[in-house]
Amino acid sequence: MPELDQISQGIGENVARVDVQEKASGAALFTDDIQFGSNLLHARIKRSPLPHAIIQSIDISQAERLPGVKAVVTGADFAGRIGLYLKDRHIFARDRVRFIGEPVAGVAAISEEIAEKALDLIRVEYEPLQPIFHPLDAIKPDAPLIHPDLGSYEVVNFIFPEPGTNISNHFKIRKGDVERAWAQCTAVVEREYYIPHIQHVPIETHVAVAQVSHLGKITLWSSSQSPFAQRDLIAKTLGFSPSDVRVISPYVGGGFGCKAGVTMEALPIVIAMKAKGFPVKLRLTREEEFYTNFVRQALVIRLKMGCDQAGNLLALENTMYWDGGASTEYGVNITRAGGYSSTGPYDVPNVKTDSYCVYTNNIIGGPYRGFGMSELHTGIEQCVDELADALGMDKVEFRLRNVVQGGDTLATGMTMHPTGIKECIQKVAAAVDWGKTSKSTEPYLKRGKGIAIMWKAPAMPPNPGSSATIKLNEDGTLLLGIGGQEIGQGTFTVMAQLAAATLGVPVKAVRIAKPVDTDYSPYEWQTVASRLTWSMGNAVLAAAQDARRQILAIVAEAWKEDVDDLDILDGVVISRKTEKEIKLKDFAVYGIPKENFEGWIGGPIFGRGKFMPTYVTGLDKETGQGKRAVVHYTTGAQAFEIEVDIRTGKLHVLRAAAAFDVGKAINPELVRAQMEGGLIQGLSSALFEQMIFKEGTMQNPNFVDYRIATTVDLPDEMMTFIVEVPQDDGPFGARGVGEHPMVPTVAGIANAIQDALGIRMQGPPFTAEKILLTLQSQEEKKG
Amino acid sequence: MADQIVQMTVNGRLEQYRIPQHMTLLRFLREMLALTGTKNGCEAGECGACTVLLNGEPVNSCLVLAVECDGATVETVEGLTERGALAALQQTFMEENAIQCGFCTPGMLISAYALLQRSPHPSDQEIKEALVGNLCRCTGYERIVKAVRQAAQA
Ligand code: FES
Ligand code: FES
Repeated sequence: MPELDQISQGIGENVARVDVQEKASGAALFTDDIQFGSNLLHARIKRSPLPHAIIQSIDISQAERLPGVKAVVTGADFAGRIGLYLKDRHIFARDRVRFIGEPVAGVAAISEEIAEKALDLIRVEYEPLQPIFHPLDAIKPDAPLIHPDLGSYEVVNFIFPEPGTNISNHFKIRKGDVERAWAQCTAVVEREYYIPHIQHVPIETHVAVAQVSHLGKITLWSSSQSPFAQRDLIAKTLGFSPSDVRVISPYVGGGFGCKAGVTMEALPIVIAMKAKGFPVKLRLTREEEFYTNFVRQALVIRLKMGCDQAGNLLALENTMYWDGGASTEYGVNITRAGGYSSTGPYDVPNVKTDSYCVYTNNIIGGPYRGFGMSELHTGIEQCVDELADALGMDKVEFRLRNVVQGGDTLATGMTMHPTGIKECIQKVAAAVDWGKTSKSTEPYLKRGKGIAIMWKAPAMPPNPGSSATIKLNEDGTLLLGIGGQEIGQGTFTVMAQLAAATLGVPVKAVRIAKPVDTDYSPYEWQTVASRLTWSMGNAVLAAAQDARRQILAIVAEAWKEDVDDLDILDGVVISRKTEKEIKLKDFAVYGIPKENFEGWIGGPIFGRGKFMPTYVTGLDKETGQGKRAVVHYTTGAQAFEIEVDIRTGKLHVLRAAAAFDVGKAINPELVRAQMEGGLIQGLSSALFEQMIFKEGTMQNPNFVDYRIATTVDLPDEMMTFIVEVPQDDGPFGARGVGEHPMVPTVAGIANAIQDALGIRMQGPPFTAEKILLTLQSQEEKKG
Repeated sequence: MADQIVQMTVNGRLEQYRIPQHMTLLRFLREMLALTGTKNGCEAGECGACTVLLNGEPVNSCLVLAVECDGATVETVEGLTERGALAALQQTFMEENAIQCGFCTPGMLISAYALLQRSPHPSDQEIKEALVGNLCRCTGYERIVKAVRQAAQA
């Protein structure tokens, strides 16, 4: 086995993205770009106009008779339930509808226009039920049940639904004795925040094309973070074997979580089952993208935190009510992640946490970059600021004193690994000249600074697997097979770097086998949780080491040398002893002839590798205690300097700084690109974004009324810092950072607003209007 | 719905097309000519992913009916790439890592190209304003602005 430092060539280098040429020329293929010819059918979905109702009848007879219509399906055709952690959803609604936008019937026709027309011909009779739009209403004892059959649903063993209520998961931590601890606290803050629904807003909306053969074999082309999970979930729901379903997934035009698991992809499949042989495409409109798919669920968070005179955190009580929406099949695990990380990155001896996933008749909550952590830290990090203020202590100092360190026992009982969070805090604080006030040019412009820190673990089942293959080509290049998806984060490039460095070839000699295809690509659980660099990276490393072993064994035999004297440099096998050389392309497929034509050595080289964490343990249902709750935590910090125009309430970011401990930056520029993109997405959610609902109907499903950050919202200056405290089981020490950069942003901005204006709001977005109103009401209170 | 005969020069090639009257330029390019580099992000003129050059001006092709383009010249990312018009920008977009998922990229490149055509040495403010209609959810824009600045200096 080669030593890591020998083979780390190219690691830590800013290699150009391997997908960049395709993407800069328009040649990169996305799902909607695949040409299916004139037999392509177009699917449209009839959706529930009511938030909660019994379906009395559906009449599809007129729609079926419309010329050009090839298939009409309803929930009556498919009984199975689908879901990642809790099977609580039908592909098409059956007995009742639970949110506005829920699929009720689907049509495939020879054109979108005809499909739309057919939708109008479908008659659905509903008997309205009382809807519930707020999680605090849904937990009332007399609240109507949204899922009366909750007790009969299939669920994984680490999620705890409470049948007979609207609570689909209740995660608890009981550590120490909070009640006793409050008495010892010098300062205690108690706050409630509301974090509204927001949407992922990938610029590419969801799109999937399904084809069902006359023998019933299913092929799905989808823009997906989870081809393998889709195959598995959809097959099981429809009563197939996963290997009867093939999912092909080309480039993804942004995911951020909304293209994980299964959302709309089963719809064209079940429609295609009634139009065998035809490819059936469903592409969501922007409006549908907003209100019919996964969103980031809203959260009510109640926090009580206390510390002693010296500023040591003593106790934390955290009660979270997640607005899971009409289905919580994925959301139940966000509740769990929020629960086991509920202290934020702090060492707190006494903890009481209750994290509830609550059914409502709102849109379905799903994974969103950060998986609950942005929402959680929005609360924690504001409370921490208030505690520091109560003691008159510097906020950076307060954090440094309490922040989690390697060796600490976490709230779940797990022992923390080494982490660079202190360095992250110091870096961002220095970058914004923490502690110094800066003067604005005008009296109506008020400046302030804010800091916020974070942690996040990959939230997933205990055993999500990765695998990789490496096939050497005749020309000495290698084809790297992976099942993880390129969704913009740069994973194809990082994997190419890992393979190249380990094997001893230049990065440009690595081709990624794409599109990801569940029939040909090695297994990968999902492209989520910032887990690929670490998990899939380990599999790629193993595959490259396997291929390397095979290569060296062939050459050693041919040259009658010891493998230990051989190395691979730049695609050439060399002997350090005899100084012989042979290029990979000269034998990678055909082998090496023995002397005197006495036969051959070798044959096609094919490396394989896998990785699966095997050490994550369960947590006790009543106390949340266990040996190892998660694989690891990535930590980080952000600091901001802002300026607010008190005449208009408009906020402008002067300086933004971000620092994250990534263990090892395989490609530093790609890490920085994540830090910047995440920061702006976080800023967008802090300042602008909120899905506005009226009786369950979204009022702003377009980019005019749901504004996201654009070029003009950029901070004047954005600074990024990479901290590297290695991960013991990461490839070259790396851990993931895809989601983390937007986690502390809302809290950091909120803290800066407080510093500038002396106001706090109950939750984001901190729009100009809201800032102005809060300022005015504060004036009135004073006046 | 009736079709209409239209003469159009797409990426330097003059041809006659039979186009349904209601079909947008975006759909015509993607569905009839397989020019799928032009992206569909909203079909409402709000995201810029569908930006093409129409008679040299950047437009949201989802807002233009194809039949309105009778006699017009249309250029897409494919054509502009082929004739080398985007080379400088593509180079700096690659160097600056201004591309992540790549879905907004063709539209961004074309808006940026149009800006540099009318203003070869734009200020940062001008760049930001020229790209304000092109949404990108991945990059945080900073690198895109920088890439345009670099291309202008090249
Ligand atoms: S698709 Fe044309 S502007 Fe969005
Ligand atoms: S790179 Fe993904 S939208 Fe811009």
